[in-house]
Amino acid sequence: MRGLLSRLGSILESDPRKNPNAVVYLVLAVATIAFPIGVQVATRGSGSFLISQAADAGVYILLAIGLNVVVGFAGLLDLGYAAFFAIGAYTYAFVASDHLEFTPIHQALHIPFWIALLVGMFAAAGAGAILGAPTLRLRGDYLAIVTLGFGEIVPRLFRNASTWTSGVNGISALDTPALPIWLNGPWSGDALAIVQNFKIIDPLAYYVIMAILVAISVLLVNNLRRSRMGRAWMAVREDEVAAAAMGVNTVGVKLLAFSIGAAFSGFAGTFYGAKLSLVSPENFGFTVSITILIMVVLGGMGNIPGVIVGALLIYYVIFNILPGLPQQASDFANSIGATSLNSPSGDWPGLAGEVQRLKYLIFGLILVLTMLLRPQGLLPSRQRAEELQKGVHDDTTIEDVNAETT
Amino acid sequence: MTVEAAADPILRIDHVTKRFGGLVAVDDVTFDVKKGEIFALIGPNGAGKTTLFNGITGIFPPTAGRIVFQGREITGAKPHQVAAFGIARTFQNIRLFEYMSSLDNVRLGQHCRMHAKLWDSLFKTPAEHREEQRVTDRAMELLQFVGIEQYTHIYARNLPYGSQRRLEIARALATNPALLLLDEPAAGFTPQEKVELMGLVHKIVDQGITVFLIEHDMKVVMGVSRRIVVLDHGEKIAEGTPEQVRRDQRVIEAYLGTQH
Repeated sequence: MRGLLSRLGSILESDPRKNPNAVVYLVLAVATIAFPIGVQVATRGSGSFLISQAADAGVYILLAIGLNVVVGFAGLLDLGYAAFFAIGAYTYAFVASDHLEFTPIHQALHIPFWIALLVGMFAAAGAGAILGAPTLRLRGDYLAIVTLGFGEIVPRLFRNASTWTSGVNGISALDTPALPIWLNGPWSGDALAIVQNFKIIDPLAYYVIMAILVAISVLLVNNLRRSRMGRAWMAVREDEVAAAAMGVNTVGVKLLAFSIGAAFSGFAGTFYGAKLSLVSPENFGFTVSITILIMVVLGGMGNIPGVIVGALLIYYVIFNILPGLPQQASDFANSIGATSLNSPSGDWPGLAGEVQRLKYLIFGLILVLTMLLRPQGLLPSRQRAEELQKGVHDDTTIEDVNAETT
Repeated sequence: MTVEAAADPILRIDHVTKRFGGLVAVDDVTFDVKKGEIFALIGPNGAGKTTLFNGITGIFPPTAGRIVFQGREITGAKPHQVAAFGIARTFQNIRLFEYMSSLDNVRLGQHCRMHAKLWDSLFKTPAEHREEQRVTDRAMELLQFVGIEQYTHIYARNLPYGSQRRLEIARALATNPALLLLDEPAAGFTPQEKVELMGLVHKIVDQGITVFLIEHDMKVVMGVSRRIVVLDHGEKIAEGTPEQVRRDQRVIEAYLGTQH
């Protein structure tokens, strides 16, 4: 706590030109607190949906922070990150619902949410270690292919192993998370009181818990970045041969980054499954992996506040702007008197239908434009920005070291 | 230093051979590096000098033969294990972590001497904090030792060439080695810089670290080393004091050629 306060103090005092991150953290913290209040005021108390959505966005922030350890810090391209997300969510489904009763085990498990979070986290980290141990010895490109394959296999496994997972139907009616203690008050429409064994149903409770989890994650990952391990990741990313010659166990530190990333994904997956009370193999496809990767790259690889902003922005575009786009387009056509655009005729499905068809094209264009205008990401780390500007030295391998001898 | 101590081999290269397909890069080479000396390996381009360094440091394990360091066989050990045993190196083509500050480069060098576990790093335990402090202090000391403390917070890639070579030495020293392998440390240096570098090498040896260097510049080698091994086409063709080597007929033919 003392560390937290002193860090807060140093953020307030620091020069924003020298440390733009401090400003971003401050803005994010203020926005986190102001958001639910603002939403409730603006919607006159019926903003639950938006608050719930913000809590879902938090799941993606966790995912992006975790993938940033893998991609941004250690420089490993993981294209199957959603697999660990699925493992976390399914782990929760197994250990916190009646489901196991209907599997060959015939014995339901109901592990408390907070322990299940850890179980999901370690299950995913374990899967990461098992996948990483043989593959992290390979060079970067191979890892991308292997993780891509893994990301395809895991959801299919959950879909086809229907004896255990009830296949495409997924597993539903997962336990509602409960808190040992919670504070009721005007914000939940109750009198001020301390309640015990509080079932988390209220979106605001999810939101608060998610905000706390994200804050803790940011602190921990920041600590990692500025530690022995963070330096080793950076070194391995820059020059594996030199790092090894300086005493860094390159396979070991890469494996650790990979597992930590997987742990975050599993943690987020557990939370996601618990909040939705449902897991289905359709929720963890390749698009999820790519979406998280986009959040990391667009936000600014290697820079935690950048990644958070990227996650929020992409989440907002995918889940708020794009779904509303067809309706807005047709409203717009009506308002300018071009109502004929909205009536389907022949091949023309109506403006709303057309926009519906094209919305991912529009999304793609937005991404391409952003990356063209700001290839280093919105809030890049200083290192990544300079690398992009001045180029990286040749990606030399052991074969090249050999070539030096001749 | 007693005569016996000086005679202690710190590194023994025992009939080491390295083949790449049909090419024999190092051919049945045997020699000892003695504790506390400045030992030089010379030879024309392509003689197999760097290959031998790569063999010692585990980047390319030898095809045959044994490498014994401080009485322990290290043949086939992984590079990070070799570093932990106490052998550090620099590279012929400078291989710094370009987008890390000089300070971080040197702190990274201390990686294998640090004890912080994942738990310590995650929660910034007091022990981790103290260790980071110690590592930072040591890094500053080393930057000062090689004379580039003015670049502490500058990205390695932005340092002048000569300072990059010095930073590489500082980073290698950070691993706390008993044996330091320098691969052409004076390459591209002006005569003045070479003199300064040799001063640095003497300072390193004075700290009790054995220095084993590859060098192209005969003048540098003759001035600094007591003993020299000459490689040509992967074979050892001579070993001895600078005087002996200079007079060796095969060396003159292979290396010095018509210059003398």
